[in-house]
Amino acid sequence: MSNSTDSVFGLNGQALALWQRRSEVIASNLANADTPGYQARDIDFRKALQQASGQSTDLQLSTPTPGQINAVANQADQLQYRVPMQPSMDGNTVDGQIEQAAFAGNTVHYEASLNFINGAIQTLRLAINGGQSS
Amino acid sequence: MSMFKIFDTAGSGMAAESLRLNTVASNLANADSVSSSADSAYRAKQLLFAPLQGVDQGSLSQDANEGTLGVQMLGITESQQPVQTRYEPGNPMADGDGYVYGSNVNPVDELVNMISASRSYQNNVEVMNSAKQLMLKAINLGS
Repeated sequence: MSNSTDSVFGLNGQALALWQRRSEVIASNLANADTPGYQARDIDFRKALQQASGQSTDLQLSTPTPGQINAVANQADQLQYRVPMQPSMDGNTVDGQIEQAAFAGNTVHYEASLNFINGAIQTLRLAINGGQSS
Repeated sequence: MSMFKIFDTAGSGMAAESLRLNTVASNLANADSVSSSADSAYRAKQLLFAPLQGVDQGSLSQDANEGTLGVQMLGITESQQPVQTRYEPGNPMADGDGYVYGSNVNPVDELVNMISASRSYQNNVEVMNSAKQLMLKAINLGS
């Protein structure tokens, strides 16, 4: 995302991408609700957003030489396994209710981010049109 | 950044669950089938599910795919429970000793499987619906 849109939308663009990514992860949890041995996963949103916005307090591995691998660069670090409340005998840790609730909450968060972006767009439009309805 | 991955994931889940419903239907339909030997008797069929890695697996953007897994069917196994043996000398399918061999389908297992499969199918449909609505809202952004 370019700098100009960042200054308009703030963190909402990155938040939107993260909510979307989280919805993908939860969708795969729900799709695998009956797969033996599948372990449910989720994204630590706070950490992921901190990293996406460059405000992470974690110490980063310094990579002075070109070609060195940046250990914390990949987003997959924020993927964590869910602790099952009622483990099942086939090793599957997906709890349908928890995943459904998480997906519903995620949907609302996604819509909220969309609304914030929409609001920013409306404000800009208002400024561009000088208060006249277009 | 594509939201279509959700459709792939939920779609694979729906395909898997509907196949599971199909096997349940086949098992229930054949619950009373008989045959003239224990080897050819109908055995309850069960599906083997396994997580399916993202399609771009192995490419450089692998960590973008990490965590989103569909479902794949590894195959169909047959129940190893003993088949029912009944003494029915009048049955045209009876063997030389007058026995017929029924299926080893357990109707209770099958009904439980059916409920579980249809609930999981509904879950996947809901996920797909929500994702669709979110996409439509994102498309209409700024209007």
